[in-house]
Amino acid sequence: MYSYTYDGSFEGLLTVVFEAYERKAWPTAIEPAQLAQPSMFGETVQVVTDEGKANRVWQGLKKRLSASALESLYYTYLWEQSGFERLIFDYARLVFDSPESVEGNYTAPFILQVQQIHKQVHREKHRMEAFVRFQKTADGLYYASISPDFNVLPLIVRHFEKRYADQRWAIYDSSRRYGAYYDLKHTSFVQLENPALTPRQRGKLSAEQYDENETRYQMLWQVYFDHVNIPERKNPKLHMRHIPKRYWKYLSEKQPRLQ
Amino acid sequence: MNDKIIGKLKILADAAKYDVSCSSSGGKRKNENKGLGNAEGMGICHSYTEDGRCVSLLKILLTNFCIYDCAYCVTRKSNDVQRTAFTVQEVVDLTINFYRRNYIEGLFLSSGIFKNADYTMERLVRVAKKLRQEEKFNGYIHLKTIPGASDELIKEAGLYADRLSVNIELPSEQSLQSLAPEKNYSEILLPMDSIKNQLVQAKEESKLFKTTPKFVPAGQSTQLIVGATAESDRQILQLSDQLYKGYNLKRVYYSGYVPVSTDSRLSIISEPPIIRENRIYQADWLMRFYGFDVKEILDEANPNLDLDIDPKLGWALRNRHFFPVEINTADYEMILRVPGIGVKSAKKIISARRFAPLHFEHLRQMGVVLKRAKYFITCQTKSLQRQDFDSEQLRRRILFGEGSVRSALLTQQLDLFRQVG
Repeated sequence: MYSYTYDGSFEGLLTVVFEAYERKAWPTAIEPAQLAQPSMFGETVQVVTDEGKANRVWQGLKKRLSASALESLYYTYLWEQSGFERLIFDYARLVFDSPESVEGNYTAPFILQVQQIHKQVHREKHRMEAFVRFQKTADGLYYASISPDFNVLPLIVRHFEKRYADQRWAIYDSSRRYGAYYDLKHTSFVQLENPALTPRQRGKLSAEQYDENETRYQMLWQVYFDHVNIPERKNPKLHMRHIPKRYWKYLSEKQPRLQ
Repeated sequence: MNDKIIGKLKILADAAKYDVSCSSSGGKRKNENKGLGNAEGMGICHSYTEDGRCVSLLKILLTNFCIYDCAYCVTRKSNDVQRTAFTVQEVVDLTINFYRRNYIEGLFLSSGIFKNADYTMERLVRVAKKLRQEEKFNGYIHLKTIPGASDELIKEAGLYADRLSVNIELPSEQSLQSLAPEKNYSEILLPMDSIKNQLVQAKEESKLFKTTPKFVPAGQSTQLIVGATAESDRQILQLSDQLYKGYNLKRVYYSGYVPVSTDSRLSIISEPPIIRENRIYQADWLMRFYGFDVKEILDEANPNLDLDIDPKLGWALRNRHFFPVEINTADYEMILRVPGIGVKSAKKIISARRFAPLHFEHLRQMGVVLKRAKYFITCQTKSLQRQDFDSEQLRRRILFGEGSVRSALLTQQLDLFRQVG
């Protein structure tokens, strides 16, 4: 029995794949080092992330998989739900051990599962691109906070860079406690931490920090939202299916009406 | 807050909302000038109204003053509503500020007709031009083409807009004459034809020259009102078919008529025909993505869509000789015709069966919905049903469940109750 630990990074996980092949010792468990429980049985391998080894695994996958399948594997990493390391490992192993391409073989359970995860993560990414609402601050920064179900912030940055090339913006993931900041040239990831704040307060702006017109535009947006609706066609079920309640916290049009 | 913009926005959003198009996809405008916005690729719905429709664009009228008196229209001259107008700058400011906050993908600008067609069209073009040239805005712009506007103005509009549309509104010339006497079909079809020709021309030129100015990259669309007049679904879908084929339209939108007038020339209805609208959309999808010909969906004997079942199921029940379809060997085109199987499921089936013979269990795991499909397919010649049903029995089982003993008569009664309730 071999239990592998790694540093939690994607490169670290790819290094685990490399080490397992080198040792021909197939993992019974893969866990981030800080979460791992010491095991009474078997051997624990503490893998140190090695960019060279990670890259060799990635290049090997690249030779055998399409861009979209590679993306699915990375999405599975960002999915973060329990067992994702194992899933990525099993998928990679099947790819390396099969003489022919395994892509699109939805009769194999974990290929189907990775495809379904891809869909889930992609949907959350798309929702964040849609539901982010920037608030303009007095110093001209457009700011938004999110707490997505999956770790999609790295996936949405490119979209916002292309769209808002001429304004400074920041998006903060309040549950994972890091954010992306665009300074008109580059985007950098930043950690912001104020332990005094509760999760609800974290990453929120107060009205004093607003640009002088911010409240006005939030109000205009609420007015627009109310008046574009056709009451004769009311369909609450369809409405809820499109914007489930857990997303309402982002949406200024779903907040109490401003006066 | 007391703000005259708020008052204008209320009136001019209210007046624009019956135009159902809110698509922001299909544009190819990239942010190459380090400006604001990007309209390449997929559309995004930034919110949804309580009636369940996508909010992608700031959809407003420039003004609701109008010289026409079309019976179906809330903005008609004789209607007693408050009138107002935005200035060009006000529309530009709203668009930019909403866009910067990620509320919208862009602007959908329509207008009542004040003075004359050219005067109105010129204003619309001015908004788009200002957004593109002064604000370096690369978001999505959809402009309405005002029937009767000059060719030059339409051409100029096409240089700034991602999509242009002319609404036909009424599905027959006869209805148009009775309800909108100031309009006529040729006046509507003329700009549509001109946009089509310029699209073709722009495409030809782009083959010859490296940089040709883009002309409405997301194409043109139109809207038909459903239920205000007596046309059958067959007439409506035949018209759509002609529009898709003859004018290369990207989309025909269908708007279930919301009673906004008590004019005696209109059908008397109490609620918008939402189910009928939905069935027409499904039929439209069958024509555009599922390889169906309009003649297969409706014919003289069946001029209207069945409201209880989707049109693909309706077709399958009338054409049982094509079924059952063997999932492991049938062509993609035929799998697409199985009720309940959509484009995504069909593609997954085609992909997976290269590796192993498929069972029903595989289909279930892949997320293929079998509720309707199971009556029309076999997996390795096996079927999920032990006996054969005729089409009427099948219809009942699908509608009411397998243990159903309800008779067709009861169904009819339920229909009556539904109409009354």
